[in-house]
Amino acid sequence: MTMLEVKNLRASYGRIPVLHGVDFSVEHGAFIGILGHNGMGKTTLLKTILGQLPASDGEIRLEGRNITRDSAHVRANLGIGYVPQGREIFPRLSVEENLRMGLLRLKGGEAAGRQAFERTLEEFPRLKPLLGRSGGVLSGGEQQILALARSLCGNPKLLMLDEPAEGIQPSIVEEIIEILSGLRDSRSLTLVLVEQKLDFIAALVDSTFVIQRGRITGSIPAGGLADTDVVREFVGFGQS
Amino acid sequence: MIGRLSIDGQMLAVVTLSTILLLILPQVFEIDTILQLTLNFSFSILALSLAFVWGYAGIFSFGQAAFFGIGGYAYAATAINLGDSTPAIVAGVLVPTLFAALFGYFVFYARLTKIYVAVITLVMTLILYKFMGQTAKPDYMIGNARLGGYNGIPAVPPINVPGQPHLFAGPDEMFYIAGFSLLAVYVLLRWILGTRFGKVIIGMRENEKRMELLGFDTRLYKLLAFVVAAAVAGFGGVVFTNWNAFIDPHVFQLAFSAQPIIWVMIGGLGTLAGPILGTFILSTLSLELGVQKALDVNLLLGAIFTFFVLLVPQGIIPTVRNLLENREAAASNKTDGTTESRG
Amino acid sequence: MVIAGIQILNTVAGLALISLGLAIIFGMMRVMNFAHGELLMLGAYSVQLAHSSGLNIWISMFVVAPLFVGLVGVVIELLVVRRLYGRMMDTLLATWGLSLFITGLITMIFGNMTRGISTPLGSFEIGGIRESSYKFLIIGVTIVLFAAIYFVLRRTRVGMIARATMDNPSQVAALGVNPGYVYTATFAVGAALSGLAGAVLAPLTGVLPTMGAAYIGKAFITVICGGEAILAGTASAAFLFGTINQVTTITLNPEFGEVALLIGALLMLRLLPAGLSSSFRRKLL
Repeated sequence: MTMLEVKNLRASYGRIPVLHGVDFSVEHGAFIGILGHNGMGKTTLLKTILGQLPASDGEIRLEGRNITRDSAHVRANLGIGYVPQGREIFPRLSVEENLRMGLLRLKGGEAAGRQAFERTLEEFPRLKPLLGRSGGVLSGGEQQILALARSLCGNPKLLMLDEPAEGIQPSIVEEIIEILSGLRDSRSLTLVLVEQKLDFIAALVDSTFVIQRGRITGSIPAGGLADTDVVREFVGFGQS
Repeated sequence: MIGRLSIDGQMLAVVTLSTILLLILPQVFEIDTILQLTLNFSFSILALSLAFVWGYAGIFSFGQAAFFGIGGYAYAATAINLGDSTPAIVAGVLVPTLFAALFGYFVFYARLTKIYVAVITLVMTLILYKFMGQTAKPDYMIGNARLGGYNGIPAVPPINVPGQPHLFAGPDEMFYIAGFSLLAVYVLLRWILGTRFGKVIIGMRENEKRMELLGFDTRLYKLLAFVVAAAVAGFGGVVFTNWNAFIDPHVFQLAFSAQPIIWVMIGGLGTLAGPILGTFILSTLSLELGVQKALDVNLLLGAIFTFFVLLVPQGIIPTVRNLLENREAAASNKTDGTTESRG
Repeated sequence: MVIAGIQILNTVAGLALISLGLAIIFGMMRVMNFAHGELLMLGAYSVQLAHSSGLNIWISMFVVAPLFVGLVGVVIELLVVRRLYGRMMDTLLATWGLSLFITGLITMIFGNMTRGISTPLGSFEIGGIRESSYKFLIIGVTIVLFAAIYFVLRRTRVGMIARATMDNPSQVAALGVNPGYVYTATFAVGAALSGLAGAVLAPLTGVLPTMGAAYIGKAFITVICGGEAILAGTASAAFLFGTINQVTTITLNPEFGEVALLIGALLMLRLLPAGLSSSFRRKLL
């Protein structure tokens, strides 16, 4: 079943049109990447799918349901989770409160909430000693873990991440890759990962779409990312 | 900082038309209307001071009415003491200017952000109101002029021919003086805006950081713009006090301080003609609405103002201008026969 | 001496009370509500009308007034403030228009005469000087309200959501909560508190349509000088200015008291442009 379907999506940043007709789809349970340089429209694409920017044309469907005109919080309640660029945790709130904010969209009352909370702490043991600390004093890496944990608390079906490895120390990046890979099975998660860093994407995803100048210009199949020739063909930059 | 008086077609047309109008109107209209127009002229000068400091320099000041009032009080006190209006007019402009220079230094050299400047100028106005209000006791005097507390200073001598106090202005003369003063202030401000100084402050309103990076001391430019506006407002106060033959602390009240803001916003922030138009429309409206008994005047003014902020935020003149420009653009597209594709 | 202390506390409390609603709205939504004085006025009218129709004064004051003005707040937020999110200057101007409108409306309906409410609770005497016991009520109500708001913000779910919205409204939306609801609720609470303040102070000030103007300057100054911390900032600013005001009033006269307050504010803003909160070591609420 298709989890996410995007057809001919157009969007602008203010008056500047950024997305010029994006088409792609994501199957249930798939982990896919979206690769592109800065300024190609990666973040705009995510924000439009999430409802933080309005679509000027085109369609977005979540499990078949048309969500193009829905507000951001409605889409969140339908099961889309978001870990934005720059972490964006709540600095004023404690780590525990940040997680509890993530629990808000969970259905099932107190008991379900408690269960989800415990489960998240098991998946992210690094946060256990930090529960009482205020979000603002955490390191960049800890904040990234918190942001991830927070969006997972609410048990999303589809998780969208925007450059989670940016500015994070390599050991934490490793940790995140490990956790996400583990979650694939334990939570039946579908993942869309937007990145510039090839190695991070390669470690996690099945296939990758390439976004250039506001359009999806190609896709790199599983295993293809390791092949630098394939990458060079699609993206125009090589990585060792 | 030397600018050329750009004798372009527009300015010449404005000056000529205005002069003709001003000369004709007293022949055409009744004395009531003439008096009303004179009052509006003085208010328009106040509006122009705010139009300059807010619309062009980007400094939202709640204090223009205060400088207006200080100018009025300075004029009154000097005229009563010296018996000749000429030094009084000078005082009416100089005193608020000096006050603004001091106060402005205090505010702008602390690099306070816009909202704080707004609050601080509000606070200053309130202080003046409270202070002048409690000057009722006879010991509060400037020379021979009693400040009079909430009752103000009555019997202020009107403008006279310099050096000849017995040749003073009647209503018609006041009309001409006020009208031509307004015209002069308008031309002066237009000229200033065309000089290098003017361009710097406009640039400052648009992007302060950029001006700083270009090497301009924005604190100084803000201070200067603030001082110029205070001088203009003070001058308006002089004209007003003359019209009124009287000045009292109500000009320092919150309600009056808000008036120029309303005039400028409705007329069009960022223009000079707009605020003048706004002043006339709202002043007249207040008067007409105040006369009818069906609806409270505040209710109507409040509704109109809120409506404008919500739906016509740019004000009358810019909105009209945009409409005309769009119509022109649409017309020329049609005649071209081509449609531009928007990318 | 004790009487002077009580008077000072009373002035401080009064200042804090009239500023709390505004502090919440400004602190959480960055909205300068220039109709604030009118919200206080509507609270005063609520208690006056409810009480003169026979309703118990305490219910009029603590139930009717905040409920009614809270509702007015909801209407204002939905119709006006919502359309101007992020435009601080425009919000200031639009709410100024509203303030005129509301003043005019009340004048039309109720006329210009001052109405009075007799001050309940009688008086007490210390060292031969009589003072109104009502002043204790004002001090008490202020303390209770501040404590209540603190409790709600720190220890309840809605308070947590409110604080999160202050930090990052788009992330709150991404977690499934409509920030619009949070803003409307915040504005309503701020309005209700202002209505309550107006009602509590009504017996001392009298009730007339233009009474809002006396409050707005002081409330704004207290909130701005308080700075970022909604509760601690407002409370400390109220303490500072209330003390300056009352001490000057006692030694000189009430007008000079007001002038002293304003000059104090001016100096304070020059010294600490980000408000008193910026001098606090920890980030307080």
